[in-house]
Amino acid sequence: MLLLHCPWCGPRDEPEFVCGGQSHMVRPEPWHAVDEATWGHYLFTRDNPKGVHLERWHHAHGCRQWFNVARHTVTHEILAIYRMDEPVPNAVAGARA
Amino acid sequence: MKRYNAWNLLWQGLTGHRGWEPAWRSPAPKPRYDVIIIGGGGHGLACAYYLAKVHGITNVAVLERGWLGGGNTGRNTTIVRSNYYYPQSAALYDFSLRLFEGLSKELNYNVMFSQRGVMNVLHTRHDMEAGQRWVGAMNLNGIDAFMLTTEQVKQRIPLLNTAKDARYPVLGGFVQPRGGTARHDAVAWGYARAASALGVDVLQNCEVTGFKRSTEGRVIGVETNLGTIGADKVGMAVAGHSTVIAKLAGFRLPVSSYALQAFVSEPLKPVMDTVMTSFATGMYFSQSDKGGLVIGGGLDHYLSYAQRGNTPLLRHVIGAVADQLPSLGRVHLLRHWAGIVDVVHDSSPILGETPMPGLYINCGWGTGGFKGIPVGGWMLAHHIATGRAHDIAAPFALSRFSSGALIDEAAASGIAH
Ligand SMILES: Cc1cc2nc3c(=O)[nH]c(=O)nc-3n(C[C@H](O)[C@H](O)[C@H](O)COP(=O)(O)OP(=O)(O)OC[C@H]3O[C@@H](n4cnc5c(N)ncnc54)[C@H](O)[C@@H]3O)c2cc1C
Ligand SMILES: [Zn+2]
Repeated sequence: MLLLHCPWCGPRDEPEFVCGGQSHMVRPEPWHAVDEATWGHYLFTRDNPKGVHLERWHHAHGCRQWFNVARHTVTHEILAIYRMDEPVPNAVAGARA
Repeated sequence: MKRYNAWNLLWQGLTGHRGWEPAWRSPAPKPRYDVIIIGGGGHGLACAYYLAKVHGITNVAVLERGWLGGGNTGRNTTIVRSNYYYPQSAALYDFSLRLFEGLSKELNYNVMFSQRGVMNVLHTRHDMEAGQRWVGAMNLNGIDAFMLTTEQVKQRIPLLNTAKDARYPVLGGFVQPRGGTARHDAVAWGYARAASALGVDVLQNCEVTGFKRSTEGRVIGVETNLGTIGADKVGMAVAGHSTVIAKLAGFRLPVSSYALQAFVSEPLKPVMDTVMTSFATGMYFSQSDKGGLVIGGGLDHYLSYAQRGNTPLLRHVIGAVADQLPSLGRVHLLRHWAGIVDVVHDSSPILGETPMPGLYINCGWGTGGFKGIPVGGWMLAHHIATGRAHDIAAPFALSRFSSGALIDEAAASGIAH
């Protein structure tokens, strides 16, 4: 069971949250110049590292806010939690490189 | 290969079982093979077998990082069925089911395929409407499936609480009679033994760590912990590790890896002779020949490469068992575990070519590819041997994710595994 520290509510159990998948995705632009392969990747291809993953979580059964989590996909260790408007913390960016 | 039969069993019994030989050879890797298959799960082993048996290509190696069937093939809940919604899927999975029907004979290995029927239990008016729609689609696809009344469901699953005031009342169900279960390890071991007998090298503890490519970018071999091994063609069937291998080859795949759990109870006397899936809770179960209840449910919905599940889902699934089958409420669980499944957006497999010339793929079976092992192996072998996709496999090419021609079983069939 994960223990997630919601930036607004503090530590809460996993069942209160929903994982919303990869963070920091950028829609390819301009729309009329995006080829099918790029668009297909934008729709269907996600990061799937065996290592640190940056993902969004939703405190669905709490404050209903979204936030970012850096989590290791083998150990499930949570390396950082940061708000939607914050950049990737430096320590985490280093661990992913 | 020493054949398994009643006479040999009797003879070995009389002579102290000292005459059995290992089921497959474990040679050192050759410097080069015509074809290398990465991944010694069911799909990789079946592919090697059909390369040798159907296409006469025997200079083949299967490279497995751990032990045979140690991935999802040895971790699944063993349900085999072909009741899918779209014609492409029905053609694929029914080809597999028909191979399952002859598999024990074909491999001279008892895979214990038991066509005990796969039942889906429906709990609301909307479930009933959806069930009727699915059964109609299956019948159009030529698949055996029909609706059941509450009484008919109760007759096959006496444990099920079908009371009108149950938390999940049972309004009816549907069944595919030709569906059932098989022994997962036996499928992996049976293919390995039969492939080895035809000359295929089955190499365990051999992890692929990189690719060798020609100046034009074509694959010409793989790097492993046992050294570099050359190959004309390479097939990959590594399920939850597909994106890891793709990264080594320099491309991305629309695959996400999640943990899927399974649970087994202490052995009980026979209480269940079919397979049940509940639409309301996603819980499904059957009873193995050893007597254990084999129980499954949904995914842990965040990326994971840890082959263990988390407790919230365990609680959900076990809660469903206790609620829907009250007399099982006090049965003890013996074990639970997880496998890392390769989920794609439309819940259909990816079969065929990859962006790297000479590298062919079989992945994306997600939560339901045990039943697909014979057909997955057959199709990968066909593509590698002939250079063309088999008609049944063609719609499942990777290119569907840019063309948009998805085969969206995720939305259509709504059935677990
Ligand atoms: C709990 C659970 C229940 C399931 N229930 C069902 C069910 O009831 N019915 C059904 O049809 N399906 C079910 N499935 C799905 C089914 O198990 C899989 O789709 C199927 O087994 C996949 O087979 P595979 O051969 O592709 O993969 P695997 O059996 O996972 O084999 C892949 C192999 O590749 C190896 N590998 C990985 N990386 C490397 C490398 N770098 N070098 C060498 N080898 C490598 C792995 O060690 C592994 O052995 C279930 C899955 C799980 C986890
Ligand atoms: Zn909160």
